[in-house]
Amino acid sequence: MANLTKEELFQAKIDAEIKIEPKDWMPEAYRKTLIRQISQHAHSEIIGMLPEGNWISRAPSLRRKVALLAKVQDEAGHGLYLYSAAETLGVDRADLMNDLVTGKAKYSSIFNYPTLTWADMGAIGWLVDGAAIMNQVPLCRCSYGPYARAMVRVCKEESFHQRQGYEIMMTLSNGTPEQKAMAQDALNRWWWPSIMMFGPSDADSSHSAQSMAWKIKRFSNDELRQRFVDATVSQAEYLGLTLPDKDLKWNEERGSYDFGAIDWDEFWNVVKGNGPCNRQRIKARQKAEENGKWVKEAAMAYAEKRRKRQQKIKTQEAAKAA
Amino acid sequence: MQSALFDYTLRLGDTSLIIGHRLSEWCGHGPVLEQDIALINIALDLVGQAKSFLEYAGEVEGKERDADTLAYRRLEREFRNVLLSEQPNEDFAFTIVRQFLFDAFQYPFYQRLTQSKDAQIAAIAEKSLKEVTYHLRFSSEWMIRLGDGTAESKAKMQTALNELWMFTGELFEMNETDEMLIKEGIAVDLNEIKPLWEQRVSSILEEATLTQPTTTWMQSGGKKGIHTEYLGYILAEMQYLPRAYPDAKW
Repeated sequence: MANLTKEELFQAKIDAEIKIEPKDWMPEAYRKTLIRQISQHAHSEIIGMLPEGNWISRAPSLRRKVALLAKVQDEAGHGLYLYSAAETLGVDRADLMNDLVTGKAKYSSIFNYPTLTWADMGAIGWLVDGAAIMNQVPLCRCSYGPYARAMVRVCKEESFHQRQGYEIMMTLSNGTPEQKAMAQDALNRWWWPSIMMFGPSDADSSHSAQSMAWKIKRFSNDELRQRFVDATVSQAEYLGLTLPDKDLKWNEERGSYDFGAIDWDEFWNVVKGNGPCNRQRIKARQKAEENGKWVKEAAMAYAEKRRKRQQKIKTQEAAKAA
Repeated sequence: MQSALFDYTLRLGDTSLIIGHRLSEWCGHGPVLEQDIALINIALDLVGQAKSFLEYAGEVEGKERDADTLAYRRLEREFRNVLLSEQPNEDFAFTIVRQFLFDAFQYPFYQRLTQSKDAQIAAIAEKSLKEVTYHLRFSSEWMIRLGDGTAESKAKMQTALNELWMFTGELFEMNETDEMLIKEGIAVDLNEIKPLWEQRVSSILEEATLTQPTTTWMQSGGKKGIHTEYLGYILAEMQYLPRAYPDAKW
């Protein structure tokens, strides 16, 4: 090993599935890629609280209200672990938050769609959390230790959320005709954005190849998307709902479902800020930051006063003792 | 007796439900991520307590109304929550002051309620007391931190305190329901809670360098179903789905 350069040693560790830890040497590009990815992921959790938070005050039963509150709280918790994981790479949460509210940082575009009915709580849990799990399970083996470990916890909770969402869909599908129609409508609106969550097609994905070599990414966007579609078709059938894709059909040869063309125009437009709720999501975060400013300042001022008071007591005690 | 017990459990359930609902409005909008999580925690506890009390209220009433029916199918005038619980969040200062004034009541109240001769009420109180102990610690710490923080935070806290003070008197109001149930050893005599509340409030306000309001006129009505204008909007939002689809199960 003595003759290896730092870069080679780094890659050798990755190839041997040895985790990279915060104090290990790493290429600057690896650090930057991870900061970008982890902070985007953290932002997605925080922004993701908003579309579901939109229904907490209107949840139709006490059990649903508690479950939804707990779910959104989990998302806040995921945001916290992920910001902490990003901080191990030498960035500051306050700066990351600033990037989010100034529109510099990106987050998952799915949260720029509106939640219009209660059934959206079911569809989001089932599809959006389902797609997130498909993306995130491989991240539990990501080469960067703190990210991988954060993801183990996140994935456990996400799979619970997915079951919870599916259960809402099930209740609606077996409910009154209006409820079933509500479930179908939610599926119609969330299906395409959900399969867009895997990101652009492999041919158009700018960061993929390097991320694969660094084992930040284990599978390509298209592979994961296909897995998600294959897993979801029978779940929709079981609900008695129809996926809104007339081209969807089983391909015997591939052993997978073929599906229709994705509207990438819509995808890129939402990424660029033209989605139905982009402005409103960022505004909500800006408002929370602005309204939180005096609270943070007061907490710091109080901590400082307390420190001074305690110091004074100590000095007085020392003087007495002398 | 049964109707007094129904009224009493409704009061406890409704109060927890409405203040829990108010806190849940913060979800995703809190001043700091950690505080967002803490407020949701408290909201979760309170809605949980509401569920237990309303479930029991339904049993006591014996008309096959469960907790959801009671929460989602009653009108403004039938709600028995105290007025303090329905006051809007306004800002973090209002929310903390509202919560503290409430927790400082809940803590000694639940301590006594664990001794209730009604086993079900005593059991709910026992579980709730553990939660409320944490709520009180959280809200007390923030009273002090924000009261004794910056000039801005102190002013906001003092304003909130001045505006919410008139809703504290109702916490200790008693009516026929209380009288009847105190005799049975089921309800808590609120005259005994009042000095404990006053002691706690004045000691925390002192540490927080806030001034206790001197206004003595107190609002009243929640326990009789006469509310502020806010409750109607809370219920309109909360009850909309079960009312729009009366036959649906969720």
